[in-house]
Amino acid sequence: MIPELGNFTLVLALSLAVLLSVVPMAGVYRNNELMMRLSRPLCSGVWVFMVISFGCLAYAFLNDDFSVAYVARNSNTLLPEHYKFTAVWGGHEGSLLLWVLMVASWTYAVSLFSRSLPLDILARVLSVMGIISVCFLLFMLFTSNPFDRLLLNTPAEGTDLNPLLQDFGLIVHPPFLYMGYVGFSVAYAFAITALLTGKLDAAWARWTRPWTNAAWAFLSIGIALGSWWAYYELGWGGWWFWDPVENVAFMPWLVGTALIHSLAVTEKRGVFKSWTVLLAIAAFSLSLLGTFIVRSGLITSVHAFAVDPERGLVLLTILLLVIGASLFLYALRAPVVKGSASYTVTSREVFLLINNILLVVATAGILLGTLYPLIHEAINGEANMVSVGPPYFNTIFLPLMGVLVLFLTVGSISRWKKTSLSYLKQQLAKVAIASIALGILLPLVITREVNIPIFIAVSLALWIVFGILRDIQVKTANKGNIFQGLFSLSLSYYGMQIAHLGMAVIILGICLTSHYSVEEDVRMAPGDSIDIGSYQFIFEGVTRQPGPNYDADRGEITVLKNGDPYLTLRPEKRSYFATGAVQTEADIDVGFFRDLFAALGDPRGDGAWVLRIHFKPFVFWIWFGAFLMAGGGITAILDKRYRVRDKANSRIADSGKTADLVMESV
Amino acid sequence: MLAHRQQKLAIVLFIIFGSALAISLVLYALKEGINVFYTPTEISEGSVPDGQSFRIGGMVKMGSVIKQGLDGAEVNFLTTDFCNDVLVSFSGPLPDLFREGQGVVADGALDDQGVFQATQILAKHDENYMSAEVKASLDAAEGENVEVCHQ
Repeated sequence: MIPELGNFTLVLALSLAVLLSVVPMAGVYRNNELMMRLSRPLCSGVWVFMVISFGCLAYAFLNDDFSVAYVARNSNTLLPEHYKFTAVWGGHEGSLLLWVLMVASWTYAVSLFSRSLPLDILARVLSVMGIISVCFLLFMLFTSNPFDRLLLNTPAEGTDLNPLLQDFGLIVHPPFLYMGYVGFSVAYAFAITALLTGKLDAAWARWTRPWTNAAWAFLSIGIALGSWWAYYELGWGGWWFWDPVENVAFMPWLVGTALIHSLAVTEKRGVFKSWTVLLAIAAFSLSLLGTFIVRSGLITSVHAFAVDPERGLVLLTILLLVIGASLFLYALRAPVVKGSASYTVTSREVFLLINNILLVVATAGILLGTLYPLIHEAINGEANMVSVGPPYFNTIFLPLMGVLVLFLTVGSISRWKKTSLSYLKQQLAKVAIASIALGILLPLVITREVNIPIFIAVSLALWIVFGILRDIQVKTANKGNIFQGLFSLSLSYYGMQIAHLGMAVIILGICLTSHYSVEEDVRMAPGDSIDIGSYQFIFEGVTRQPGPNYDADRGEITVLKNGDPYLTLRPEKRSYFATGAVQTEADIDVGFFRDLFAALGDPRGDGAWVLRIHFKPFVFWIWFGAFLMAGGGITAILDKRYRVRDKANSRIADSGKTADLVMESV
Repeated sequence: MLAHRQQKLAIVLFIIFGSALAISLVLYALKEGINVFYTPTEISEGSVPDGQSFRIGGMVKMGSVIKQGLDGAEVNFLTTDFCNDVLVSFSGPLPDLFREGQGVVADGALDDQGVFQATQILAKHDENYMSAEVKASLDAAEGENVEVCHQ
């Protein structure tokens, strides 16, 4: 009964989404206010039915209803309750349901928080989002319905959730990632609206910015959580593999980063308009491409739940439809939304343009590397497979990011329209000298070795940090005392600086952990020990420990620091009853400056095991930096100018019609 | 203030600069970062260039895994496409899904003795799912079975 209710509400959500995608849009062109006004209630309707549907699937999981095929494949009576709930999005169908729920939630959020939006704009935006919901609801209902039943042969027991996914990381990683992915649909809907109306002014950019920031912040956290999960749950202490599934999440993030910066220019200066629109389309298209690549099983990965050509084909159709239709619209309408302001070669506009080019080029490089194996195979046949490894991606990505960081500080300290070179020199000469000098001296003094990549990375990170300090100093110089000065700066300014600081923290984290990690793969018998720095790891042996739905071999490793007892690490090797799958659970002592990591490999006879023991300095900073970035994005949203409900929202003059419509809708 | 045309010129120059940078980076990086995939049969036939790092895929031959009596964390096993075998040597913990009779993909290079020295063993696939590389390896071997293996 409950699964049928879930299915039924899914169909209801689809029906309302169809209305949402047609009625308000038609209302715009027939100038029918009632039809436009229908957009808000329709959004609420879609959202409510999606929530009910999602709740029904969760109910089926919590009550072990194995007559639902999806539940039977992804759950088990022995599975702990909280994993039963998160198993809802542990497979293809359920994660798609979560995806659509997210679209509905963002749509609903737009309808709630856009009171200041003119009615015709709101109607268009919500209609475009309705179309996206329709596409994915159709896809779900026809190819991947999570409520499909196994009524005649109801299994007595479920197959169990993939052990890799029985973990805290899975509880939080997919929702955040999807919030980010799907969040770009808002920017996309605004971009399509801009193309339809031909109106792309400062007000438009101001409406779009908070939504883009929010999506970007969620995506940042989602990617960071995924990387963290790979670090401790895939068991081997790596945190980024340039795996296709990582790349497809990373590309929308990079383009989203470019979009955030380009939106700033569009809002403040009224230029880069069509470029901004193109980036918004690209960000969402790349999100869809990610969904397609991951879901179609084109690429081998833990995320490729189902290898089903039909699903792949339908997704590809949606993808081509979205990209094709929006680019067509773009080609027709982009000339209309042209910018007119002028700027010089050393203005902030140009530095942000450089930022955009670098980010887009990096994205293109990653896209090429990700798709290259597919292209190669398509051209040369199945027997000639290639894989593109980390050296390719590192060679492309790292130099581009180095240049990006150089311009980061220059861009944020420079001024709109025109910045003289002598001004930049005056502001940044000391910053440059200090960051290079300290960037070389600090590592040299601490480690007493010459390591050029470390010098470069530390200098770049300090270049950002000193640049931030210098900029704050300049901006607060004329404000009486320092506190008055700090208080006068806007939240969006702080948001930017926090996110930039996050970038510096990530650079340090990545570089220091890559160069100074000690990684030992050793065969150890009970009583054996190895030394890493001031730590001594003593292997005490392996014992058998029962778990709720698995048995574990638990290793015990006593760690001494400078000869004194310090802590005990207990990595496990679990074998799950239902599937017989074996899963390594690393044990990690997390610290702000270093992680101690131990994982059990495989037994090698006589009680001896292969152990992987890592000393990883500054690895925490990678995720900490990503959280700072997300925090910066959120801080910027809180800026009060996004909440001002002034009717003359548009500072740039061509706003006559917009202002009238605002009056109407108030 | 710059004229409109100069602005456009600046933008075009940036784009050219950016694409030139990107293309040269890509060409350079592709040379370094690509691992070509070979099957055990191709390796036995000597079609792999010397000293090049590449990727091998096949099944772990039943009864071929040797863990004891070797140095440290080393492990040896045969990878097979049921037509030819290649000896693989690896040092480190084996992935959870590594098992005799199951598919395996490894990155590495051949040494002087013709042993594949693996730097990484990949097993990012689950129980039911065979990686594309392993499948291709077996398919390729099957295609040649008639002529090569059962002559």
